Amino acid sequence: MYPAPSIIVFTTLSGLGFGLLAFLGAGVILPTGLAAFVWFALGYALALVGLVASAFHLGHPERALRAFTQWRTSWLSREAVLSTLALLAIAPHAAGLVFWATPVPVAGAIGAALCLVTVFATSMIYAQLKTVPRWNHWSTPVLFLLAALTGGALLTGSGYTAQMLLAWLAVAMVLHWLIGDGQFARRGTTLGTATGLGPLGRVRQLEPPHTGGNYLLKEMAYVVARRHSRVLRVIALTLACVLPSILLWTAPYSLPALALAVVLHLAGMVTQRWLFFAEAEHTVALYYRG
Amino acid sequence: MTTLPAQTERKLGLVIDLDTCVGCHACVVSCKGWNTENYGAPLSDTDPYGKDPVGTFLNRVHAYEVTPQDNAPFTVHFPKSCLHCEDAPCVTVCPTGASYKRTEDGIVLVNEDACIGCGLCAWACPYGARELDALAGVMKKCTLCVDRIYNDTLPQEDRVPACVRTCPAGARHFGDFPDPDSTVSQLSRERGGIELMPELGTRPVNRYLPPRPRDTLQGCADPAPATDPSTEGLTGFLGWIDRTLARF
Repeated sequence: MYPAPSIIVFTTLSGLGFGLLAFLGAGVILPTGLAAFVWFALGYALALVGLVASAFHLGHPERALRAFTQWRTSWLSREAVLSTLALLAIAPHAAGLVFWATPVPVAGAIGAALCLVTVFATSMIYAQLKTVPRWNHWSTPVLFLLAALTGGALLTGSGYTAQMLLAWLAVAMVLHWLIGDGQFARRGTTLGTATGLGPLGRVRQLEPPHTGGNYLLKEMAYVVARRHSRVLRVIALTLACVLPSILLWTAPYSLPALALAVVLHLAGMVTQRWLFFAEAEHTVALYYRG
Repeated sequence: MTTLPAQTERKLGLVIDLDTCVGCHACVVSCKGWNTENYGAPLSDTDPYGKDPVGTFLNRVHAYEVTPQDNAPFTVHFPKSCLHCEDAPCVTVCPTGASYKRTEDGIVLVNEDACIGCGLCAWACPYGARELDALAGVMKKCTLCVDRIYNDTLPQEDRVPACVRTCPAGARHFGDFPDPDSTVSQLSRERGGIELMPELGTRPVNRYLPPRPRDTLQGCADPAPATDPSTEGLTGFLGWIDRTLARF
């Protein structure tokens, strides 16, 4: 699948933002006044920048409000509705802490829960697609949720929780890769089933339907070379999990170390998300394969 | 609405005969023509006469080589367009309600005025039946020529999809599948019409008729040895010449 920058920014930043807001809403830290303003502003900004970025790949962004209507069947619509509800629900808690130094635990808890459900909905946009077997697996929502929670723990400086989550995130990442590598073969979709000619013999492409490119090839036939994917996996794992963990061990109460850990984690997650798209194989590519 | 109808009154669709299709691409051209000049946003081309021509098509003809285990390879021309699935995953993923499946005839359509061009429906389709138009920014797909098949201003023989009307080989057939007397259901029954990627559970309406069994050439199913220049195993007079010449 084509790794569109807008989608990578959307999933990474909104995940991080909703992770931070979930931690703030759950009352893991209770800043007040200006400090509260900075924490919540960061959470809202990350979530909103991510959501706005997602509008950049639309053919008609001016019609984006229509995406709130089909929550009965569409995970993308559910994600739009849930993200708005989450941002609204947590607002009283944020306002209470900023202006009156008083938390509103009920609003915070509901908001935190909605933040995590939003991240789950984001992951289901991809996990629901049977056409992309690598995504169509429970490890996708697990990975997205752990990434959001880890980001929230790092951004709120919750050292011990962050260490635990970094370890779990590393396990989820590796599992998602290893399971994902065999998913297409396990699904059993081949050029034989795609054309229905499989029972007659071995099928291969003789000539493509057109000499130029097309939307399908650009959007769905993009797959990163195996050699690069292995190197990139190591980079993603190191940046997102290993280095932040080492930083938290070696300098537990240092703010610069924590900031560096957040930046490294974010860079690692961007790499992981790039791979998430670039490694994913869509069934339509079979029709174009030799 | 993106909720799929539990049952449609009719199931209009195509039967494509892979035994008859000659791969002339006439259906590709007539489809592009009709759907550019009539309903909805035109199917655009970018850089059509330049170095990198790319365009939107609702129907494309692939070509495959099939090599049976005990017979010579053969070519299959393979037209591919929307299969108007009963369990259409492209409809349910749509966030705006632009994609829908009609209750009256089962045709899957896009309301272009409501489409935000997110492209998720194209991701959800296993067959590559949907293409986002580069100029219009909305999703395009086969409409089964909904503006032809019910069009009272057209002569009766033209009230079929453009691809069916134009096919010079008679490889494309249009009709209602639940009707046991329709051409499509008869052909599908007699020739063992197949579904594409049945393992994905989309329940496509369109059926493909597999190529009929080929003759087996007695004793030389594989013609390759006849053209083999090696002299190994030669006996008799030719063998004697071969051995004699090999001495020098």
